[in-house]
Amino acid sequence: MSSGWTTKALAVLAKDIRTELRTRYSLNALFMFAFTTLVVVSFSLGQLSLGVQVLSALYWIIIFFASMSALSGVFVKEEDAKTAQTLRLFARPSVIYAGKLIYNMLLLAILCALLTPLYVVFMNVTVPDWPLFLVVVLLGIIGLSGATTIIGAIVAKANVRGALFAVLSFPVLLPLLVAAIGGTDAALVGAGWAGAENHVKFLVAYAVIMITTSAVLFDFVWNG
Amino acid sequence: MVRKYLQIGLFVLLAGVIYFSFITPAPQQIIGEASRIFYYHIPMAWLTVVAYAVNLIYAIRFLKTRSELDDFRSLWSAELGTMFCVLATISGSLFAKVTWGVYWTWSEPRMLSIFILLLIYGAYLSLRAAIPTPERKGIISAAYSILAFPTVPFFIFIMPRMMLSLHPADSVVGKNLHFTMGGTVLAIFLVSLFSFTVLYFWLFGLGIRLYKVQLSRSEEA
Repeated sequence: MSSGWTTKALAVLAKDIRTELRTRYSLNALFMFAFTTLVVVSFSLGQLSLGVQVLSALYWIIIFFASMSALSGVFVKEEDAKTAQTLRLFARPSVIYAGKLIYNMLLLAILCALLTPLYVVFMNVTVPDWPLFLVVVLLGIIGLSGATTIIGAIVAKANVRGALFAVLSFPVLLPLLVAAIGGTDAALVGAGWAGAENHVKFLVAYAVIMITTSAVLFDFVWNG
Repeated sequence: MVRKYLQIGLFVLLAGVIYFSFITPAPQQIIGEASRIFYYHIPMAWLTVVAYAVNLIYAIRFLKTRSELDDFRSLWSAELGTMFCVLATISGSLFAKVTWGVYWTWSEPRMLSIFILLLIYGAYLSLRAAIPTPERKGIISAAYSILAFPTVPFFIFIMPRMMLSLHPADSVVGKNLHFTMGGTVLAIFLVSLFSFTVLYFWLFGLGIRLYKVQLSRSEEA
């Protein structure tokens, strides 16, 4: 963990941000997908008065499907543009993993920053406990990108990527979704930190386990 | 020769389990006859987990040794595990219909965990099908198998606790089914568990022998 490691990881991140800003392909796809889903949900269910449990579940379902549409892109685009080999020469696998992981986290954070206000407006949600809500969302983002980054790398080596990404991600992400929905639920009900304690602990444990497992496995996947 | 006797022994044990599981009184009086399914359902669920563990062990070994045989062992255990998982899901679902009145409920952690295993097995096998090159197939699918593993204890140990905090104890599925395992019931259950485990390992060994034979044939040709 020398300073060179951090610099290189940040360079990978900067490279991805720069290429993303040229086309805005991932961000557009991610946001428009989430926005369309939100509008469909709001349009079809807006007339009904939805309970808090339904609202928190819908919020995470939108994020889940939106991330399925774009998060595998970080590795798929390297394989498609044949730039993966150059990247292999440039840095150690752990460096690349760290860069890509932070990139996916940023992508999801931007998505949530755009989606949440729209969700509150469209679905007529009142959030009594914003700090808890934001903590749950932040932990959810970390866990979600922790699990999907390595699955993106796995999928980049396979043939039918789009469908496979969702198939591989779902069983791995299900514990995260259950805890994130539960935590959001607690924030919307106003149950406070005591009400969300189990969910928050679970989210932290999930993120730690997923990121460490991915860091170990990434060497094999990347060079495999 | 020894193998032959072991096969006969396994046959006798399994035949005995089937015979005694139907001839003895039902293990649980309130549920009645349907509770006999427990002699088969629990071994199936157990073998689903065992097969996944074997898959995982050979996946880790494959990443070290890179031997095709380890990759095949890993795959074959996953295929057997899928079979046991489907059987466990179906038998559990039937049992749920009899005891709780519904074929499926998401609020029962055990049903959720077996379903997750089914999804993981399905994802593992479709991942393998989607990777064209054989060497890569082994490495990538081994990585997925290891990655998916941590979710299993989450569902077995942590989920039940979280769900208890969400669901009141008087809900339909929260009802405790007390199996008072008497001597006969316990004996049949243990023999069943043992002989189905042996059946799994026999099938596992059989597949590997077949693989080796095919390999040596293709080398001769």
